[in-house]
Amino acid sequence: MNLETIVKELNLDVRCAPENLKNNVTGGYTGDLLSDVIANSREGYVWITRQVHQNIVAVASLKDHAGIILINSCEPTRETLEKANQEKIPIMVSGLPAFELTGKIYNLLGKKDYTKLL
Amino acid sequence: MKLSEVKNILNADVIVGEEHLDLEVKTAFGADLMSDVLAFAKAGSLLLTGLTNSQVIRTANILDIAAIILVRGKKPSTETINLAKELKIPLLTTKYILFETAGRLYAKGIVGCLEKVENNSVLD
Amino acid sequence: MKITVSSTENNLYQDSFDIEGGNFNKAGIVSTSIKSILKQMGLAAEVVRKCAIVCYESEINVVSYARKGVVNLTVNSETVLIEVVDEGPGIPNIDQAMQQGYSTADQKIREMGFGAGMGLHNIKSYSDAFNISSEIGKGTRLLMTITISNIDKK
Repeated sequence: MNLETIVKELNLDVRCAPENLKNNVTGGYTGDLLSDVIANSREGYVWITRQVHQNIVAVASLKDHAGIILINSCEPTRETLEKANQEKIPIMVSGLPAFELTGKIYNLLGKKDYTKLL
Repeated sequence: MKLSEVKNILNADVIVGEEHLDLEVKTAFGADLMSDVLAFAKAGSLLLTGLTNSQVIRTANILDIAAIILVRGKKPSTETINLAKELKIPLLTTKYILFETAGRLYAKGIVGCLEKVENNSVLD
Repeated sequence: MKITVSSTENNLYQDSFDIEGGNFNKAGIVSTSIKSILKQMGLAAEVVRKCAIVCYESEINVVSYARKGVVNLTVNSETVLIEVVDEGPGIPNIDQAMQQGYSTADQKIREMGFGAGMGLHNIKSYSDAFNISSEIGKGTRLLMTITISNIDKK
């Protein structure tokens, strides 16, 4: 499944790098503690978070995430958008809280053994 | 559903609150940042989090959270466990990441404890 | 601008609670106590919740940034007044500090899950009336009023 499908199914607003909505999504990671995200997330994951500062782009780039989805209608800062455009990492926004959004995406993507990778 | 069913769905360990597994829960809130929990989580909800310090227990007490599920296989500190016992807040741990924890519970009918957040733009 | 909390003869309850700056093990103890007291007084659940939240966010701020502080709780028939006064560095720019996302938290604070820069904003939005004043090098004072008779959800 690619990001485009997720955007459509969940009515997400795309804030930057729309050309990379074709990115394939291999899984998902929900969390706001950057050290946890760095330790536990994998390439191709879509990262669901409320963190909006520019460090999220560095982390997503480091881990080769498919994209970042901000919850609770959080908007990325100007610096974050600039960086994300440079790194070509799509940032999307949802009005849903983390639990709902995660629930929907998890079930869209289908079952997968995430714990094997921890 | 009962907390005992949540425990089964998540293959969770009960650290505190074996006696509370009959508690009914319908909603859940997931966050790693305390201020989000304080701003949005509702009374009677489950709290799914990767935070293991004792302040999570304080926050849960302040908000009348039904039970805390620590995700990502995290283990709470002794202070955290003792405070959960003192304030009588059920504390469970699951090896699943928050993404999967929320996903599994959502599939079984647990819903988010608030609908939508409008206009939450932060400092530019 | 100095604001004084006027105590009337109608006070049902009045007490003060000390906060130790830097002590994250004890952080939240005052708020838990106050919540318990208000609940025992029979105040509406929504009122107790709002008071507990504003108290907790303030207490964490004092622990995070100040040397010490005190919470003065006053309950009368119409309102709950929560005044939090600390001895600490003070806030150089209050407008900036009130903005969502603005934070001066260090790594230790962030690792605990705080420091998202929402504290003062949360406090204000849960209070029916909110006042903040600060003096650099001296400290900060917050005064929150939660109305007892009005429990409309925000």
